[in-house]
Amino acid sequence: MSKIKLATTQLLEPGSIDEDVINRAISRMMSSGMDYADLYFQQSHHEFWSLEDGVVKDGSYDIDSGVGVRAVHGEKSGFAYSDDISVNALLQAADSARVISRSGSTGKVYVPVKSSQPKLSGAHELYASINPLLTVAADEKVALLRDLDRWARAIDPKVSQVIASVAGAYETILIAASDGTFAADVRPLVRVNVSVIVEHNGRRENGSCGFGGRSDFSLLLDQDKAKQSAEEAVRQALVNLEAEDAPAGTMEVVLGNGWPGVLLHEAVGHGLEGDFNRKKTSAFSGRIGENVASSLCTVVDNGTLEGRRGSLNIDDEGTPTENTTLIENGVLKGYMQDKSNAHLMGVESTGNGRRESYAHLPLPRMTNTYMLPGESDPQEIIESVKNGIYAVNFGGGQVDITSGKFVFSANEAYLIENGKVKQPLRGVTLIGNGPEVMSKITMVGNDLELDRGVGVCGKEGQSVPVGVGQPTLKVRELTVGGTEV
Amino acid sequence: MSNSREQQMLEELTQQMLDEAKVQGATAAEAASSIESGYSTSVRMGEIDTIEHHKDNGMGISVYFGKRKGSASTSDFSAASVKEAVRAACDIARYTEEDEYAGLADPDNLATEFPDLELEHSWSVGVEESVELAKECEQAALEYDERIINSEGGSVSSHHSVRVYGNSNGFLAGYRSSQHSISCSVVAQESSSNSSDGMQRDYWYSAARDPEALANAEDVGRIAAERTVNRLGSRKGKTQRSPIIFAAPIAGTLIRHLLSAVSGGALYRKASFLLDSLGEQLFPDFINISEKPHLHRGVASASFDSDGVATVEKDIISGGVLSSYLLNSYAARRLNMESSGNGGGARNVRVNSSKSADSKLSLKDMLQDMDRGFLVTELMGQGVNGITGDYSRGAAGFWVDGGEIVYPIDELTIAGNLKDMFKQIVSVGTDVDCRGNIQSGSILLESMSLAS
Repeated sequence: MSKIKLATTQLLEPGSIDEDVINRAISRMMSSGMDYADLYFQQSHHEFWSLEDGVVKDGSYDIDSGVGVRAVHGEKSGFAYSDDISVNALLQAADSARVISRSGSTGKVYVPVKSSQPKLSGAHELYASINPLLTVAADEKVALLRDLDRWARAIDPKVSQVIASVAGAYETILIAASDGTFAADVRPLVRVNVSVIVEHNGRRENGSCGFGGRSDFSLLLDQDKAKQSAEEAVRQALVNLEAEDAPAGTMEVVLGNGWPGVLLHEAVGHGLEGDFNRKKTSAFSGRIGENVASSLCTVVDNGTLEGRRGSLNIDDEGTPTENTTLIENGVLKGYMQDKSNAHLMGVESTGNGRRESYAHLPLPRMTNTYMLPGESDPQEIIESVKNGIYAVNFGGGQVDITSGKFVFSANEAYLIENGKVKQPLRGVTLIGNGPEVMSKITMVGNDLELDRGVGVCGKEGQSVPVGVGQPTLKVRELTVGGTEV
Repeated sequence: MSNSREQQMLEELTQQMLDEAKVQGATAAEAASSIESGYSTSVRMGEIDTIEHHKDNGMGISVYFGKRKGSASTSDFSAASVKEAVRAACDIARYTEEDEYAGLADPDNLATEFPDLELEHSWSVGVEESVELAKECEQAALEYDERIINSEGGSVSSHHSVRVYGNSNGFLAGYRSSQHSISCSVVAQESSSNSSDGMQRDYWYSAARDPEALANAEDVGRIAAERTVNRLGSRKGKTQRSPIIFAAPIAGTLIRHLLSAVSGGALYRKASFLLDSLGEQLFPDFINISEKPHLHRGVASASFDSDGVATVEKDIISGGVLSSYLLNSYAARRLNMESSGNGGGARNVRVNSSKSADSKLSLKDMLQDMDRGFLVTELMGQGVNGITGDYSRGAAGFWVDGGEIVYPIDELTIAGNLKDMFKQIVSVGTDVDCRGNIQSGSILLESMSLAS
């Protein structure tokens, strides 16, 4: 069944909504002088199983559905939603959303720009239109959790607690907009996580690892991959048991490949989202064509990778996702755009309009953001460091897009002395200024790797799944927030 | 629909879920439902940015078949959907395994009194008026200083919610509440700067159950602007050990780390740096931290917790000593203790100092006492390890010398271990920030490691 047919059957037919009703809702908003209006129908099913103390003790199944209605006039957006997908609720939401045209009229004359032909939807087939929740029986999910527990505990008797979970989501969306967009997507998403606590001589530490993507549950049943996650979580925790206090101050820092790409996500990604740049509140505002990173750096946001967690066939405004070059050889090339910010800045949407659900307004958001590989051998990068830090794994990060300051915390890091990796360090936080740190990248490895598929990005209270990645990188100087002054 | 009708409807719905669970064979069940509705408006540079109307319905059920548990939730309140959700929960419970600690709260602990805590207050301001209020707020910020060159906007929001919880031991209760807020965030830059160099942003907000308790919109705008302008010319700071003051608006974050470390989940998983510390001296003897769940109009007030257990007023830290863990029913059974009525966390937490010198201590006095050190006004990142207490976060604030603020700092980390940091509290100011669930004055610590 085509995605449009599937979405129509699932989302529209139960509430007797047809093309005519959709047109009525949209034209009701457009007749109030809007530039653009859209409807976002969504149904999502989430399933979650968790294990603790060796027992699969909880599971849940959550269903949510609704429709979000948006009316846009210049820089103004009116928004309303309903968890009832019915004709009445839809028209009522349209009336609430268009209230922006009545209040605070600016007297400005708006010359409508002829909207470009909406891009063909269905251009990508990055994942199958399946319900992952149905592809694997419940007892197999339970068995996977028990395996993870058993594997983790078998590695080392120091493992005192294992918390494992599997999660799957199945989302169907349909978007209808005044620019002629009528598009649908069916989005599977699965994830497994293992988190362990190890205990030795009264000291306790933790480690965690997971993986996932836009696929069915059988992805998680890959025994080698699942086992690897358990091993990785235990390895990290054991390393941290030996960790010593970190030095404090400015030093050379080598960032490992893969998940440490969260640095890019924070240091440059958010600052290159269209809304901040339209409002000129980003440290990267007005800098297109300027050098904002060392010439070794090329950074892309790519929503078109097959099966990745951050990938989408179309974004939440119906625009097919793209592989957008953000920074090329150090020069700022472009921003990530949704429809309304693109329109206001006189450019095209890059397929980055995303929303947490029908109950949230779309915003320019990242998909899979990563740096392309360079030429250095990772070993050679480490050997080039006299005194510094090798940061391999990170927890979360945060950025102030206006000042460009970002912070992130390593949960696995080592001291480097005379080109050799030495003892593990605890409590390593890195802080810097996005554009400044990017210009201090002096070596880029040839070992690009994307993360394993567990990333979640938050912005304005909305969470969306994303991917990050990078090759091994060397930053000439970065502030390390240890305790040893 | 009036809010009291909504509450009645949710109570009926919750009872329906519990009844359906029994029909489908569950030996016990608990259910919760809620309706949240309201609006938020934001303006930017004097024009409407967004007007959002919110209405969120939710209901969830957990069923028990002996010691096996399953849960489900849905946003659809129809009778068919209730049946489907209960069936989904029962299906899950077929596959989960026996957990000897699973089950409902001890019936003896359930709340029996439901006083009116005055949590719901309506605000006569409608959507259109709220736009005007947001504009006044932002305008006051834009006019505050010519170096305020841009804005992320002024916003106003008003929300009401109804929550109901019930379980198969006969508990069924709900309450209504409201939350209103005004906020503003602006951007400043020195007039001599090029492009986006040296831009700084900050914000301020006021939030309350009762709109009467909200700050004046123009004041919110002016404070946001003042905070933003004060950050201009920020420097990096120096790597050193130094005394440190956590300003009142962020001082509560230190206490939040304490609360998570003494919560049941962290304790029974042995994922806390404060295991087995009940009765231990964690803070200097002049520090008291209390929980007052029944405060009228309190931001986190409730007469029962997420298990239906009666909430109780108590000291968490008394004379510096840990006097209570924060336990829900499940964690309490795991630890062979009684629930402390803290399912869903601690409610209305207040930090107090019994030191007589602290009874009149202003932030200005604290800067004088510190003489030379770092005043933190913003924290960034998540560098707190709840298992070890290791603490290392990004920070922004002001360098203090001779008891006076000398310049702003915005690229610095502060590091230590929470156990040491708690013990090193020197004083707590009277400048209590009353907006959040954890209320504290500014906190002066002996010393932390700064890195830049």
